[in-house]
Amino acid sequence: MAELKLPVSEKAIRELTVGDYLELSGRMITGRDAAHKWLVEEYREEVAPYLEGSVIYHCGPVVSRGDDGAWAFVAAGPTTSIREEPYQAEVIGRYGLRGVIGKGGMGPTTLDGLGRHGAVYLHAVGGAAQVLARAIPKVERVFMLEEFGVPEALWVIQVERFPVMVTMDSHGGSLHREVEASSRQRLEELLAT
Amino acid sequence: MSQLEAYTETFVELIRRASTELPADVVEALQKGRTEEADGSLAAKALATVLDNVGLAEDGSAPICQDTGTPVVWLHHPQTVSSRTLETAFKEAVREATRRTFLRPNAVSTLTGKNTGTGEGRGIPYLHFEEWDENHVEVRMLLKGGGSENVGAQYKLPEPRLKAGRDLEGVRRAVLDAVVDAQGKGCAPGVLGVCIGGDRASAFAESKRQLLRPLGDENPVAELAQLESRLLREGNLLGIGPMGFGGRTTLLGVKVGVLDRLPACYFVTVSYMCWADRRAGVRIDAGGEVTWLS
Repeated sequence: MAELKLPVSEKAIRELTVGDYLELSGRMITGRDAAHKWLVEEYREEVAPYLEGSVIYHCGPVVSRGDDGAWAFVAAGPTTSIREEPYQAEVIGRYGLRGVIGKGGMGPTTLDGLGRHGAVYLHAVGGAAQVLARAIPKVERVFMLEEFGVPEALWVIQVERFPVMVTMDSHGGSLHREVEASSRQRLEELLAT
Repeated sequence: MSQLEAYTETFVELIRRASTELPADVVEALQKGRTEEADGSLAAKALATVLDNVGLAEDGSAPICQDTGTPVVWLHHPQTVSSRTLETAFKEAVREATRRTFLRPNAVSTLTGKNTGTGEGRGIPYLHFEEWDENHVEVRMLLKGGGSENVGAQYKLPEPRLKAGRDLEGVRRAVLDAVVDAQGKGCAPGVLGVCIGGDRASAFAESKRQLLRPLGDENPVAELAQLESRLLREGNLLGIGPMGFGGRTTLLGVKVGVLDRLPACYFVTVSYMCWADRRAGVRIDAGGEVTWLS
């Protein structure tokens, strides 16, 4: 299992292929439905430095706030990524993202964007909110909390040995496309009987 | 403590249990799945992480999944207990459970996009009331996440694309198609609640009510029992696997219910529950004694 430090170079990302199991350490940002729409509406200078060279995590966490005002993630697994399909490739290209973390995989437009810009899709285990919250020791700051609410805000977080699997790479490989094709083939066989 | 406060306190604990403790039959099914996946495969890794996560959530009394879902609740009550009292208590329990982070603030205004911040909203929680002849109150609930809700499906038969006619073979075809469409997006391995018949609304409610059944029970209707075990077996032959990584464990269970229908309609309705199949139940006796139900 390889450890990958964030921010990461395009070269290191292009060495990754489908099936690699990684642990991420460093700084990343969360963003899901409202955030992706917001990121493409116009260039958001204030968050751009947190996106460049790093990854965006499709996650709507459960968050607590201590007496000192510090935020902490109580539960923080991935949300379904495919809803960001209309936006993802553009967000990657405009902000220089090197990866996306989510669950369920994404479609052909994103896969094409991963190849063009040098990025990967990283699958975290859906529902594993406790395992993953423990790999997020620190919340640095938050954007758009008032407007989007807790699940949809953009949270800047530090991660330590955050476990993910490469399921779409920058060479056109997609585990999701393969599994979907083979399962449709199996379905045809089952329905032929 | 007033009766309202007593109900509220019990419902907060019910929600805490649902959000943080996975039922034993679901844990067993996940463990069985893990032994069936090839060592070192992504499927085996995913299930190992899932099982670690279940342990951490229970030990730390923290949500299994950050999407704590919609509380979908069935409340049975005697004539002497007001459904409005139960409704008031349950809604307050949702707000309190949200404050205590057993639930995420999960209600968003559809028109303004603004999160209510309290966990409560129009239609959330979703409460079904039924008066009965027993003297006690019984409450059973699901926490149903949005990712799995999005992959639910409703077919109207006949469906030429699937060669699905208005019979149980047609039902089989529709359900398997729904599993393939879902892939790993509903957090496979999942549990299917299916309703045959009904109208579009009653059928979705019944398909969710089926999810209250323990995984190991047997449908009392012989042909539905047979259909359930066939769908479970065939669903697991599709090779979708945990998280859609490929593998043998795509479904943990299939539960099928039936409602009568109009002559013109024949719906097959599938509700998909993620592996975090969060259900909990409680019985509250007339004297206030509380018994937790599995």
